[in-house]
Amino acid sequence: MADDLHRLTLHEAADLLHTKQVSSVELTRAAFERIRAVEGDIHAFITLTEEEALGQAARADEVLAEGRGTLLTGIPAAIKDAISTKGVRTTAGSKILEPFVPVYDANVISLLREAGFVMLGKTNMDEFAMGSSGENSAYGVTHNPWALDRVPGGSSSGSAAAVASGMAYWALGSDTGGSVRQPAALSGVVGLKPTYGRVSRFGLIAFGSSLDQIGPFARSVRDAAAVLETIAGFDQRDSTSAPVEVGSYTERLDEGVKGLRVGVPREYFVEGMDANVRDAVEKAISQLASLGAEIDDEVSLPSTGAAVSVYYIIAPSEASANLARYDGVKYGFSFDGGSMWEDMEGTRQHGFGEEVKRRIMIGTYALSAGYYDAYYLKAQKVRTLIRREFDAAFQKHDVLIAPVTPTPAFKIGEKTGDPLQMYLSDVCTIPVPIAGLPAISVPCGFATADDGARLPVGLQIIAKPFDEATMFRAAHAYEQSTSWHKEFPPF
Amino acid sequence: MSLTPDEVRHIARLARLGVTDEDVERFSDQLSHILDYFEQLKQIDTDDVPPTAYTLDLHNVMRDDEPGPSAEAEDVLANAPHRDGDYFRVRAILEE
Repeated sequence: MADDLHRLTLHEAADLLHTKQVSSVELTRAAFERIRAVEGDIHAFITLTEEEALGQAARADEVLAEGRGTLLTGIPAAIKDAISTKGVRTTAGSKILEPFVPVYDANVISLLREAGFVMLGKTNMDEFAMGSSGENSAYGVTHNPWALDRVPGGSSSGSAAAVASGMAYWALGSDTGGSVRQPAALSGVVGLKPTYGRVSRFGLIAFGSSLDQIGPFARSVRDAAAVLETIAGFDQRDSTSAPVEVGSYTERLDEGVKGLRVGVPREYFVEGMDANVRDAVEKAISQLASLGAEIDDEVSLPSTGAAVSVYYIIAPSEASANLARYDGVKYGFSFDGGSMWEDMEGTRQHGFGEEVKRRIMIGTYALSAGYYDAYYLKAQKVRTLIRREFDAAFQKHDVLIAPVTPTPAFKIGEKTGDPLQMYLSDVCTIPVPIAGLPAISVPCGFATADDGARLPVGLQIIAKPFDEATMFRAAHAYEQSTSWHKEFPPF
Repeated sequence: MSLTPDEVRHIARLARLGVTDEDVERFSDQLSHILDYFEQLKQIDTDDVPPTAYTLDLHNVMRDDEPGPSAEAEDVLANAPHRDGDYFRVRAILEE
């Protein structure tokens, strides 16, 4: 059994813990053994916290011995390095935060500590969550466990790769334009973005504040639902946190999809889409039909094609304001330029990476005098149209189904030369945060690349605001009728 | 839509971002390319469409004004790149 511990789901590992077949300390030791075995190839982590993890595991074993504890108690997990952890260095993948140690926990971390989780470490990511491949980290590239010469997706690259390769039972990421769903799809795990306002952003290092949401990665829909249940809910420290009851996501999970009204928006099947990806998604839709869902493939969301422009104006605009705080005075990297302005400009020049600078430039331009109306305001108006089209579609449908990405994982270095091409690869994930909706990526098959690599494909299920329960129910019904989620990378 | 090197320098200055001549050249090329793509938005009729700043229908969120514990000053100052006792050390802002 001990050899296979790393292949278990969160629920399976919790069963072993609660029936005393294994202790949390044993699970945690096994996780670090797995990390030592594969981390050299994958590079999922920026910081490992083994000592703290073993301490948390020992405390979890005490709690479990007393018959207390929740599903997450004693289970090792990995946390994206954009989420503040008191006393544990938090870099957001940036050199500018290399020495930064937060003085408080993010709200999600406080909730997870109460639940008795075990934190293995902080995961690699595109700097300030700006990227679709993991290649924009100041701490090196994360490799896709299914093909080491390919990207795992981004920006939550390390979290996706850690779960996919069996280093962590689950992980947290953050999703602004697809940064959980896209790496989940490319790495072959479950990952979701909750409704905007569902999970507190307190302590999440800000990128695009009207879009950012923290979301879980896991090896099953049931696992992901259980993690979201723990981290969701109102928090007065985030003024955009919604005062909406969470309810149970796991209770109604098994109710199936009979009669569920499923819409398939045709604009998501974009030109240039990989044939294997299209095939896998179409088969998944037929599978849902065979499970009793009512499929309507005549759905149209005409503004979908404008979403990439809207996003790459709004998110960089918000980022340019959020990242103004990195001045080299209060924390982080500080450059000595000989005078105040030279210090500040040098700190930002040498502390930020290429993509972050590019987005600060785009955002500053879009917000600058004379251009605000043409770019930022225009983007916000088209944002309204995108949301209205979703609202209209949800009058007739319970969920919408789409691909997560137009292609499977691409090669490391393949798209770094052309920023716009990289942005365009986000076309299927971007509309969801623009409209503030919840959406999940579930493994739905494999694509065979030209070089013979066998690469995971994700199915995206989009739901109404605060209707994560229906999203999980549809995703679980599909997942349980297939075996894709049981596949494990070949090493 | 093309951005001149001077415009790129102006934006970099607004953002307090140090740039080299090489950066200016590259950004002027890349940003022009990206701004060209954004031109597609002009085709969309948004007359009488209100802007969406964010997607929740929450306004003027208030909380009770209850005192709570603050972060430890020592923990905060431990992150300071330059400190002087219990102060952040900064350069003189006013010039002669």
